Amino acid sequence: MNRNFTLGALALMMTSAASFADTVTVVTSFPRDLTDPFKAAFEAAHPGTTLEVVSRNTNAAVSHLQETRSANTVDLMWASAPDAFEVLKEEGLLAKVDVQFEGIPDSIGGYPVHDPDGTYFGFAASGYGIMYNTRYIEANELPVAKEWEDLKRAEYNGHVAMSSPSRSGTTHLTVETVLQGEGWDQGWATWKWISGNMNTVTERSFGVPDAVNSGATGFGIVIDFFGLASKASGFPVELVYPSVTAIVPANIGIIENAPNPEGAKVFVEYLLSPAGQEVLLNPAIMRLPVNPDVYANAPEGFPNPFSEEFAPGAIEFDVDESGLRYNLVNSLFDVLVTYRLDDLRAAVAAVQEAEAVQAETGNEEAAALIAEARALIEAMPITEEQSLDASFTQVFTISRAEPDTEVVGRQAEVEQSWDSFAVENYRKAKELADQAAALN
Amino acid sequence: MSDLPRTASSGFTLFPRLSGAAIAGIAIAIFLMAFLILPVAQVIYVAFLDARSGAFTLQNFQDFFNTTLFRESFVNSFYVSAMSVVLATIIALPLAYITTRFNFAGTAAIQALGIIPLIMPPFVGAVAMSLLFGRNGSINLLLNQYFGFRIPFMEGLNGVILVQAIHYFPFILINLSASLRNIDRSMEEAAQNLGSHGMRMFRRIVFPLAMPGYLAGAALVFIKVFDDLGTPLLLNVNNMLAPQAYLRITGVGINDPMGYVISFILVAFSVFSLWASFLFMRGKDYATVQKGGGGLSRRDLKPREKWLAWGVILLILAMVLSPHLGLLLLAFGTIWSFSPLPDGFTIQHFGTIFTQSSQYVWNTIIYAGSAALIDVVLGTAIAYIVIRTKLAGRKWLDYMATAALAVPGVVLGIGYLRMFHGIQLPFGLGQMSSFWGIIIVALAVRRLPYALRACMAALQQVSLSLEEAAESLGASRASTIRRIVVPLMTGGILAGFVTSFATAAVELSATIMLVGRSSDAPLAYGIYLYMQSPAGRGPGAALGILAVVIVALGTYLSQRIIERERARQTMTGDQH
Repeated sequence: MNRNFTLGALALMMTSAASFADTVTVVTSFPRDLTDPFKAAFEAAHPGTTLEVVSRNTNAAVSHLQETRSANTVDLMWASAPDAFEVLKEEGLLAKVDVQFEGIPDSIGGYPVHDPDGTYFGFAASGYGIMYNTRYIEANELPVAKEWEDLKRAEYNGHVAMSSPSRSGTTHLTVETVLQGEGWDQGWATWKWISGNMNTVTERSFGVPDAVNSGATGFGIVIDFFGLASKASGFPVELVYPSVTAIVPANIGIIENAPNPEGAKVFVEYLLSPAGQEVLLNPAIMRLPVNPDVYANAPEGFPNPFSEEFAPGAIEFDVDESGLRYNLVNSLFDVLVTYRLDDLRAAVAAVQEAEAVQAETGNEEAAALIAEARALIEAMPITEEQSLDASFTQVFTISRAEPDTEVVGRQAEVEQSWDSFAVENYRKAKELADQAAALN
Repeated sequence: MSDLPRTASSGFTLFPRLSGAAIAGIAIAIFLMAFLILPVAQVIYVAFLDARSGAFTLQNFQDFFNTTLFRESFVNSFYVSAMSVVLATIIALPLAYITTRFNFAGTAAIQALGIIPLIMPPFVGAVAMSLLFGRNGSINLLLNQYFGFRIPFMEGLNGVILVQAIHYFPFILINLSASLRNIDRSMEEAAQNLGSHGMRMFRRIVFPLAMPGYLAGAALVFIKVFDDLGTPLLLNVNNMLAPQAYLRITGVGINDPMGYVISFILVAFSVFSLWASFLFMRGKDYATVQKGGGGLSRRDLKPREKWLAWGVILLILAMVLSPHLGLLLLAFGTIWSFSPLPDGFTIQHFGTIFTQSSQYVWNTIIYAGSAALIDVVLGTAIAYIVIRTKLAGRKWLDYMATAALAVPGVVLGIGYLRMFHGIQLPFGLGQMSSFWGIIIVALAVRRLPYALRACMAALQQVSLSLEEAAESLGASRASTIRRIVVPLMTGGILAGFVTSFATAAVELSATIMLVGRSSDAPLAYGIYLYMQSPAGRGPGAALGILAVVIVALGTYLSQRIIERERARQTMTGDQH
């Protein structure tokens, strides 16, 4: 059996070697629901060309490309996470190719669609939204949360989930959007109050829709196609777009030194052509085309990010600012929220309880204690200025740091100081809130 | 299995000064160096570098011990591991004792079912668990509806302990059962003649004699739980060491050396625990001259005892198999969301996977089967070298192989890419790093500790006097090993094969790095593909069921072989 297998493998290698020139190899984190329709449509439009799809999660795909750069076998990288493309680009793993397309604007709702340097291209857009399980909220008698602000309310305590921004590039954009939209301190306060209501911060971005679909949690902060595709598969879930949403492009880039650069370019041009864009309207895919004209053929109720009513509160997203503090924001979120979720939850629950009591008694002293507790929870170990100071942010990207920047401190050291700051503040906040609750 | 000693003995003429065992030992050391130590070292050495200048430093280790989060994680990991061993023992002990010591219908089936918890297919296993035991899982929904309370099965460290114990108790069950079968029954007979029976005999005679098997299993559970990152992550517990290492290593574009520092500490601590278990065993002799059979055979249970035994066994099986019941419901269910049971049932998911799965199934059987075979060959050889020879540094073979437990799959995967990419294989097999054979090697290295512990335990119970007898009758060392030692170790070797095979069949973390083409992909990778989209949950679960069935069948067959072997030995027992 083993020998047969070897022979079979040999035969396969030979055939794949023979048809090498006509094979385009793409490594992707996308599910089969997305890649299969594209493979079929592309191969029909270009007879004789085969699209070989290798699936890896984003982390594995990036590591694989980094480790195999000396003898690269992959033509294209096809994934959502913009950060993964930034890393590949910085390391010179993406080729700069003059790809021809038309009818696609440079930005949607303040977010650039393509890499300005032309190394990767957005082929679809996605918005961020709140996904909820209808059975769950009915059983728990919860109203629908429509805005990020809603999720801060006490009634949602223990009913919310999201993935960590350090684990999901798309979640990161949502976190950064709120930070830019509401300002550094206010934005972080929002995230802390929402996180205090969370029952989990997942390690995989798909863990959130999974939890909402199962009914393990009521509300999930997710990228829209997870919600839309879950609903299309029959799960009792709905998705709402808050008025401030991040528009996240899904990208494709040609790998430097690709075995079949011509074929790779053909595939990218196909993706960006009207015919390729129409494939996105397939109900199992549910990603938003970046060519506005394609929406003419969209089914009823398909969200259109180019329309007036879509996310009216969209902000002008500052890409440079976001890029500069990318890893710092991730690390800060993990230290203050992900790793100390229990402490944060305890503090937030105590404040919520004290507020409920105080609202009935109207005790002034309690109100003062609560205000103090709230300030402690919201306090940040660093200011916005520090978050944009290169000598500080490069602590988190040490090996890619600019040679002429003086970098101060080590990541572990900085994280330890943030950690003690957070633990101590959350503990004190809980103490004060408990005191306030006792004062009725 | 007999290949190694034979090639070793043919080496006599080439290297007259080295014994066969020494050559085998060197060959194994080279294998472990090439496929474990060097690839891992290529990744993990950053733990000792200053991130900025690239100079050697121990600063990172100082940072580790100065960080509250890491110190807490270490304590949590230790606590969870120790408690998991306790709980796993409580589950495994009755199953092992009842099925090996009494005439009991369905022994092979119970032993085969007992290994199923080890096969937790990636992602779908987690979903099934949370649908049954989660905060809004079936049990808690029902409890809440009728009694108005919930039991936090899966929350915090206690949740990790429960899930880990259910998941890994088969390590103890399998090794302990093999050990119990190997005990000379005349020991028990003697004890009974002297008036000992029941719990007292178990406590004073049977359990102490089975200690090598129990310790092998318990050490595996302890080290595995200490190093495991999958379960804590699926329960979203990240204040433990292994998940901390994983989260810091796998972030895109992050190069925080702390992840590698933690990995290094995990490896060091695993080797330390193993050494501690050696200390415990030192100076004790567990060998009995007669193996299993003969003498007093299995005892009959009185009717009341039989009912009690059945009750205990069914209760335990119901508990440990419940995740797989959930998986079954998931595979046959339509939509299952916030309700005790799926809304409806269908066989459509099996139809969906039917077309693509045969490739996955064959690949899985070939990969996991070859890996397990390599593991028992290496395991037997290492066990023999460590226990029976006086080679310098022989214990390090064991430590090296066991260190694999502590190496996260991604680290091994990246190490292989770094080491073997660009090496062109002959015969048109292409790149070494994308050749499917490398997946087998990766699986073999990752699962070697399981087979090794089982083989060590088996050899510890073989009395040296049997080998001396063979050698004094003129048998060469190689033929003594082939005709005396290996046959007497059969039970342990099979136990090792089964654990390696079962766990290799659902491995994903290293495989996902190394799969070069979808036609080379094993089942676990297929499950991963499905579990990327909401509509794939059912088909993913169906593939998971397929994996479980394959492994269960394999286990059942090997149990039958053990039983037949035992029956044969009983009949010819006088010959020993």
